[in-house]
Amino acid sequence: MEILVAIMVGVLVAASVYLMLARNVLRFLFGLILISNAANLIIFASGRLTAEAPPLIPEGADAPLGTVANALPQALVLTAIVIGFGLFAFALTLVYRTYQNLGTLNSDEMRLAEPEEGGK
Amino acid sequence: MAKSSAEVPRVYGGPAGWISVAIPAAIFVWMLQYVGPVSAGNTVLLALDWVPSMDIRLSVLIDGLSLTFALLISGIGALVTLYSTKYLGTHPEYPRFVLFLMMFMVGMLGLVLSDNLIALFVFWEITTISSYLLIGFSSDEAKSRRSALQALLVTGTGGLALLAGMILLGNVAGSFELSVILQQGDMIRAHPLYVPIVILFLAGAFTKSAQFPFHFWLPNAMAAPTPVSAYLHSATMVKAGVYLMARVNPALGDSELWFWTLVIAGGFTTVFASILAVRQTDIKQVLAYTTLMALGALTLFIGTGSPDAIKGMMAFLVVHSLYKAALFLMIGIVDHETGTREADRLRGLGRKMPLTFLGGALAAISMAGIPPFVGFIGKEFLYKAGLGHEQATIWITGTIFAASVLMFVAAGIAVLRPFTGKLADADTPQTPHEGPWAMWIGPIILGVFSLGFGLFPDTVEAWLVAPGTWAVYGDYDYTVDLYLFREVNAAFLLSLATFATGALLYTVHRPMRAWLGRVMEANPIKFDPGWDRVLDGLKALAAWQTGILQSGVLQRYIFTIFATLAIGVGATMYLKDVLNFRVDWAGEFDGLLFKHWAVLVFITAGAILTAITQSRMTAIAALGVVGIGVALIFIMFSAPDVAITQLLVETLVVVLVAVAMLKLPHLGLAKDRKRRPLHAALAGVVGVLVTLVMVAVLQGDIDRRITDYFEVASWPEAYGRNIVNVILVDFRAIDTFGEIAVVVIAALSAYALLRGTRYGNTDDEIEEGRK
Amino acid sequence: MNNSIILVAATRLLTSLLLLFSIFMLLRGHNLPGGGFIGGLIGATGFVLYAIAQGAEATRRTLRYEPQNIAMVGLGIALAAGVFAAFFGEAFFTGQWWFAGADPADPDDKGLPISSVLVFDIGVYLVVFGSILTLVLALEEEV
Repeated sequence: MEILVAIMVGVLVAASVYLMLARNVLRFLFGLILISNAANLIIFASGRLTAEAPPLIPEGADAPLGTVANALPQALVLTAIVIGFGLFAFALTLVYRTYQNLGTLNSDEMRLAEPEEGGK
Repeated sequence: MAKSSAEVPRVYGGPAGWISVAIPAAIFVWMLQYVGPVSAGNTVLLALDWVPSMDIRLSVLIDGLSLTFALLISGIGALVTLYSTKYLGTHPEYPRFVLFLMMFMVGMLGLVLSDNLIALFVFWEITTISSYLLIGFSSDEAKSRRSALQALLVTGTGGLALLAGMILLGNVAGSFELSVILQQGDMIRAHPLYVPIVILFLAGAFTKSAQFPFHFWLPNAMAAPTPVSAYLHSATMVKAGVYLMARVNPALGDSELWFWTLVIAGGFTTVFASILAVRQTDIKQVLAYTTLMALGALTLFIGTGSPDAIKGMMAFLVVHSLYKAALFLMIGIVDHETGTREADRLRGLGRKMPLTFLGGALAAISMAGIPPFVGFIGKEFLYKAGLGHEQATIWITGTIFAASVLMFVAAGIAVLRPFTGKLADADTPQTPHEGPWAMWIGPIILGVFSLGFGLFPDTVEAWLVAPGTWAVYGDYDYTVDLYLFREVNAAFLLSLATFATGALLYTVHRPMRAWLGRVMEANPIKFDPGWDRVLDGLKALAAWQTGILQSGVLQRYIFTIFATLAIGVGATMYLKDVLNFRVDWAGEFDGLLFKHWAVLVFITAGAILTAITQSRMTAIAALGVVGIGVALIFIMFSAPDVAITQLLVETLVVVLVAVAMLKLPHLGLAKDRKRRPLHAALAGVVGVLVTLVMVAVLQGDIDRRITDYFEVASWPEAYGRNIVNVILVDFRAIDTFGEIAVVVIAALSAYALLRGTRYGNTDDEIEEGRK
Repeated sequence: MNNSIILVAATRLLTSLLLLFSIFMLLRGHNLPGGGFIGGLIGATGFVLYAIAQGAEATRRTLRYEPQNIAMVGLGIALAAGVFAAFFGEAFFTGQWWFAGADPADPDDKGLPISSVLVFDIGVYLVVFGSILTLVLALEEEV
């Protein structure tokens, strides 16, 4: 399963790179969502995939019984998801506000800060 | 702000001014207590830990050298701040001036008292920055701003070199404490890094002390208010470079490299600056160039390095600080009360400004080196040291002779000419009159010291020169002896020749100035315009490389980023041969159920669909599929917490996108069509590389030590059965705290973005919107 | 926004239930799946639902406190929980525990555990809850 997940992550990354290269900033945003999902999956899978053994300690025991899933990447991914959401929300409001003020979603036309020199 | 201060002119002669005088005066008195122990040959070490892990400490080293400097800084500082209360007291920016001056003084005191190299560097940079602010104090004048920036860039660049040198020296010596480093001179001189260390240190010292070829910023720095020139550019800051060279002399000195670099650069600066000094008509510029000359002479004698030379250097250091500060303050009074500093327009001021004349005359006699002033002693001992040194005897002595002659002339130009003669010949914008006592008291006190130290040379020898010489030479057994006159010897004869030549040149100094002007005009190498060309060149280079690197097209940036990533990762994988693994395909499909296949297919299909669809609703739905699919993977592989979080976040993402979509236009792909194959190719390459890296990681061994610790410690130590949560809120709580802070910042930024620009871009539009 | 009666009527109940559930998830988080992040997300989801049904204005009234203030208070609580350890001479963010009514003889009887760690998790909950509502409500009002 891990190799298959790796291949799937490759597809996710390829799709997000393709989206982020678009001129439309909304597509860029979609790429951002996909690439954070891909990154989370990479971290998660790097800690190895363990089926049906959540990292919980049963009542009465001092440590997990038998092998349980790797808790460390889970903790990392959990906060990464929330932060990724914060990043996404900020980017979305930025795109939204940009569209309202500049009237475009095309990144080539957003040249307020870096005006093109000498015509074209 | 500006309006109110123009309406009500505020006068700061009062508390703000007095406090600024009281602080340096108190420091001066405080430092006096160390004169006793230090003149007995002791050094005082005090220390406070700052960054102990990096051996950075706030440690204080008080020996003859640092005490001499500290007394000069605080003593002259008190006189200068007193002077400023009248000179700038009615200026609307006076409090700012006092703040900068105090900041400078703290930096300078810290610099000379620090035992730790890194602390010394921090204080060194404080003096650079405060000097920038002080030179550019008249910030509405383009000339001030240019001079300030020039001083900042020249000394700041040298400062960077110095930092590099200090780090090298610290590593070579195994300590950043000067008191330790200075004991290891032989080891440091034999080290292969000795040459780079010396070059870097001298780059710092030469820029700070305006040694040729970095001399051009100092005369420009005279754009600063006169008290600043008196304080920074004669008595203190420019001597920081001299201090540094003197300080590290026991560790870095006594080598051919050190000797020749300092002797040649110092000597050249000395002669060059004294000729330029005579050329000027603005008396403040005359003084600026004689300061340059003095710095050259000090460098020259540190380089010479014999005990006699160090003794002469220390004596001359004290002598010069006393008379040069006095002369700067004097010309400030003249400028303040007459409105001009042009040597040709000022005559016969002595009758109208007798006390200023007195202060100036005492200083000028010392500068001319006439007995019984201490200036005579300084010059005599420089001659003696020059004549007594085996190497480069003629160069050193000749340099000092030329400089002394021209100093004699400069003293005449600065004081004799403006104050004597008939007042009727003067051509001043204001009618001359005596300045307030707070201004003339400074030159007189300094002048009296110049005379007193000359009459009683044993005091200055015991208090300052002898301990200073021991510290710089690194030998506490050497007997320092200063005296006014004992016998007729070569040095004394040279002095007499100096007076004769000086007097002769003074009588013809005006035609000589015109002639020098013509010679200088013919000289094709000009440093100041050259500086402008260097800056223009830098700007052009910056514009050129910005044009190449920063196209302003987002797409191109992103393409560059991913292309770099692909090349970097690909090259590393190829070079490190990480692709050398065998995949166990049979085990891979073992136990794979329908649900696994379904999730894999759903996520892959969702990602591809998001990438290619033209409809934003389809894209959102496809993104939702990917998100839910990822959550399902988390569930299937035992991460319930992560799965719940992912599901909830996914829901919120869809809600937010849906809300925003109501106002956003459709996707529109048409414009990208031409570049799509290229984008798809790059995307494909990055995707394949990510897969390969991941497979390579998965084939390797996993290090579960941290996880094992968390599993074992979770319940017994942190009383939690959900290991993931225990990691988040206990084991790695400080990380989590940082992360939630990021979440808050993101939310507040988005909020500000939505609210702050709510009504439009310009103020008018906002007004419009409010109605 | 729109005025579906069923939605409007149902949200009051749903929001309260979700809020209750979010606190349940927060408190059980240390021993079972849950915790501050998940609790905060669930709680925020409840009010997002409320905002969709009743509008942002009504949601702000129901919340009583500005969501950005809630987030900042949460950050402050989390920080305070971390600094708390310093009063006992321990490193920043070392968990401090107090077992109310525990039997010292029985190592498995922890009584009612009260800890700085729980306080920290409450801070996390408030931060996540407040931040998300700050965003969603501002965006809602904008559209």
